[in-house]
Amino acid sequence: MSEKANNDVYLDNNATTMVAPEVVAEMLPFFTEQFGNPSSMHRFGDKVGKALKQARAQVQSLLGADLDSEIVFTSCGTEADSTAILSACKAQPERKEIITTVVEHPAVMEVCKHLEKEGYKVHWLTVDKRGRLDMQQYIDALSDQVAIVSVMWANNETGTLFPVQEMAELARTAGVMFHTDAVQAVGKVPINLKDTAIDMLSLSGHKLHAPKGVGVLYVRRGTRFRPLLRGGHQERGRRAGTENAAGIIALGKACEMAQEGLEYENSFVKAMRDRLEEGLLAAIPNCFVTGDPANRLPNTVNIAFEYIEGEAILMLLNRQGIAASSGSACTSGSLEPSHVMRAMDIPYTAAHGSIRFSLSRYNAMEDVERVIEVMPAIVNQLRQLSPYWAGDKPAANPEAAFSPTYA
Amino acid sequence: MWDYSEEVKEHFYNPRNVGVLEGANGVGDVGSISCGDALRLMLKVDAESDTITEARFQTFGCGSAIASSSALTEMVKGMKLDEALEITNQQIADFLGGLPPEKMHCSVMGREALHAAIADYRGEVWEDDHEEGALICKCFGIDAVMIEETIRANNLSSLEEVTNYTKAGGGCATCHEGIEEILTKVLAERGETLSPVVKQPEPKAPLTNLQRIKRIETVLESIRPALQRDHGDVELVDVDGKTVYVNMTGACSGCSQAAVTLGGIQQRLMEDLGEFVKVVPASAMKRA
Repeated sequence: MSEKANNDVYLDNNATTMVAPEVVAEMLPFFTEQFGNPSSMHRFGDKVGKALKQARAQVQSLLGADLDSEIVFTSCGTEADSTAILSACKAQPERKEIITTVVEHPAVMEVCKHLEKEGYKVHWLTVDKRGRLDMQQYIDALSDQVAIVSVMWANNETGTLFPVQEMAELARTAGVMFHTDAVQAVGKVPINLKDTAIDMLSLSGHKLHAPKGVGVLYVRRGTRFRPLLRGGHQERGRRAGTENAAGIIALGKACEMAQEGLEYENSFVKAMRDRLEEGLLAAIPNCFVTGDPANRLPNTVNIAFEYIEGEAILMLLNRQGIAASSGSACTSGSLEPSHVMRAMDIPYTAAHGSIRFSLSRYNAMEDVERVIEVMPAIVNQLRQLSPYWAGDKPAANPEAAFSPTYA
Repeated sequence: MWDYSEEVKEHFYNPRNVGVLEGANGVGDVGSISCGDALRLMLKVDAESDTITEARFQTFGCGSAIASSSALTEMVKGMKLDEALEITNQQIADFLGGLPPEKMHCSVMGREALHAAIADYRGEVWEDDHEEGALICKCFGIDAVMIEETIRANNLSSLEEVTNYTKAGGGCATCHEGIEEILTKVLAERGETLSPVVKQPEPKAPLTNLQRIKRIETVLESIRPALQRDHGDVELVDVDGKTVYVNMTGACSGCSQAAVTLGGIQQRLMEDLGEFVKVVPASAMKRA
């Protein structure tokens, strides 16, 4: 994509991550010499089976799960989310309500919307301007009619953390199953599931330097469960289908490395993120951080640049070899800016200009300095095109200065 | 990542005619800030010759919105107003070497800004007649509002009818769930439910091959005068099932707008025949 590939700066790690070289090395033999089916009764299968067992233990360790049998490997985070929610509905057919939030990832949100069409009552928990939940609204929705609560651990766009451990306790007290989509949180914040009341948790390999195509659903022992895919006895009958052995082994290694890197993530990666945020806010007028800065992932910052549009910003960043993402409507081909920005009531003129920078342990401080260096000119260039902007500041009363027909 | 043409990228990275046009006598502000696109087009019109002498723009929007705005200003400079009003959004997209289906609305916004600016110059009130919905059919660029309105206006009740009337769903067919959802909603308002059985087209006496070809000829005859005015013409070569082969002749042959014209002919034929047909140039015909 870029003209100078060696200088590329990748700050879109909440979208996907580079597979760690150590992870690649670990998985490669399982495509060639270790190609056996772990279900087979010969030595080809046996070696793979043992490697899967090790991977399961590595995931168990990162999650702080009580038992390795609580780990169910899936094909991705989305499959884990669907499995969790649909399982809870199937296992408790008399319960016809679901609690979730308005800022979930589509992997949860679209499943809930679909169940809503099929007659389920969905309690959509709202957020304030900082993206925080109202716990009273949550408590009021809990009842013995609720099949499952599904709340993300960390928001993918803003990095805002939800109090899922506290919410899981409340659900347990009310006798309601609790699931969390922790795709963005695993490997970035400490997790110790055995000390929580969380019943199910989803994670995705490619968000923590494992390859795409592998995920995990944690299912606490004793949680009523109905499989999404039935068939063979793989994953103790909870997820049929021949194991993605190489992917699972890679994920195991990635989890081990994530555990070792947790402190680095919360010190060095966080320091880079903080420098980026501080540098951009100081250099560029009319921009602000979205979400809850005091309570968020260490690697994520989302900044809304007012009066310009995100896709245009990304195209100009891309030309400089810098990768990030945006909550604008145009980047997704939809007619509305991101549902997360809308839920926080961010004005349209800012929501479309929101840019997410998400870092990883593979970034360096010089990456951050590059962004701080090029971003002011990019923002200024687009503002010179904007009808909401005049010279070096917003047009006087911007909304009135430009109010197009059918706005 | 969008698959933008080189022209789109060029016009985005180096937009022409940017900024406030001092002394503009026709200004059009259009767009939708909720969708993230808004455009102010400023024209200077020479009253004597009724010609656009200068055009500038300001745009809040994505790469293709900025590129479409830039392209539009380049296209209209030097045009007479009546000529400029003839510009279609497809022409703006063609000028840019095409736009992704999700981005066609950027070219629509350009055309609307032009109409609004000309109306402003003439002291008329421009009214937007276009409400945009979520894009359903990516093959033909048909949105939810268009589908819903067509279902209501024509009392449609099946997927096949929606495809016949709007083309939506007639391409790769992956959007059928979305179309059925809209159908279900409108049918519910009429107290009906969507039939799970795929309904066959109206049992009204099917046309014989001869009748069908004559109908096609009649439609083409009715289109020819308009083409001839532009020194072009069209003739029917063959009909093979749902494919209608035509020859574009005269000025139409090799014209960059030929594809657009074919689309228009196809639309007219589908409306008249009440079935999906594809109009293709005879040059694409498989020869025995």
